[in-house]
Amino acid sequence: MRKHFLISAIVVPTLLASAVWAQNASVQSLRGAAVDEHIAVEDVFHQDKDRFTRNYRQQPPLIPHSIDQYQIDLKANRCLSCHDWTQAGERNAPTLSMTHYQDREGNQLDVVAGTRWFCNQCHVPQADAPALVENTFEASN
Amino acid sequence: MSDANPGFIRRTWRWFWTPTGAISLGALLVSGFVAGVVFWGGFNWALEMTNKEEFCISCHEMQDNAFAEYQGSVHQNNSSGVRATCPDCHVPKDWGPKIIRKIKATKELYGHFITKSIWTREKFEDLRIDLAANEWRRMKSTNSQECRNCHNFEYMDFTAQENRAADNHQVALDEGKTCIDCHQGIAHELPEGWQDRYEQVVQEMAAAGELTLPDGRQVADAKGEIEGFLTSGN
Repeated sequence: MRKHFLISAIVVPTLLASAVWAQNASVQSLRGAAVDEHIAVEDVFHQDKDRFTRNYRQQPPLIPHSIDQYQIDLKANRCLSCHDWTQAGERNAPTLSMTHYQDREGNQLDVVAGTRWFCNQCHVPQADAPALVENTFEASN
Repeated sequence: MSDANPGFIRRTWRWFWTPTGAISLGALLVSGFVAGVVFWGGFNWALEMTNKEEFCISCHEMQDNAFAEYQGSVHQNNSSGVRATCPDCHVPKDWGPKIIRKIKATKELYGHFITKSIWTREKFEDLRIDLAANEWRRMKSTNSQECRNCHNFEYMDFTAQENRAADNHQVALDEGKTCIDCHQGIAHELPEGWQDRYEQVVQEMAAAGELTLPDGRQVADAKGEIEGFLTSGN
């Protein structure tokens, strides 16, 4: 009985004190803002959506998306299913440069020139990654 | 005359429908039940046996072409360890459509044993665009049912998707498109002229009134509206 009284005598004032202290401390909400305050959703960056600036004037533009398993061979070219002039508008994709519809004799074609068929011969996906080999390249911009 | 001296078929027919004299009703019921279990079980077992990857590639046509190309594709080799094998994409899961597909597939036996229509790589390449068009037509007409066994617009978290994918999936939803409208040739090689052929398939289906999805279904007109709301801070 005495023991119980002793415990109560210690615990009750401690609880009361901490409750008062909590009241006084500024309440920090987990939301990070007042209830009536609007929090704009942050952008989700999974990749660099915008194209990197070219490192030199003649650099083929980099590809701002993954091209894993895109078929580019004798029979089909997956890139053209969005980037060809016939599709680009509908797919909201940049059209190929018009130089790519010109054969080596300078004739204008309606389909991409054979010399330009293999996109990834010049264009590569962009990545903000360390250089694979040590080099002294300096961008001219 | 036929009654006096019935033929074999007639005799068998009569014997079959004459009440049995020696076997009890219980024995008939039990044996009928057992036979039912055996036949129905056997039927489903056979159905499952023909719905396995090993069965599909037991013919060299599939082993050397379709299966070989599927190696390394995202449905065969991926980080999650889930693999979609041949029947997951090419055989409907529902019983009715599955049986229809199985019956149609008997034509493949005819092609393998009799006409040998895709016996060599060259023959396969020649027919590839027609074979692909068949699958495109099937996918388009069922709203890509086999894809939907795993992939659903409703289950997609667009915010977790790559920007380009999220944007285009929203467009697809707004315009009532289905998976195969964009995702052709994800497991097998595309033939020359595939894009024109696909458009032709869709136009043919539209002309025949076979497109079940309404054109321009406005599920979420609100893409711009939502984006505006989220960024404007009002």
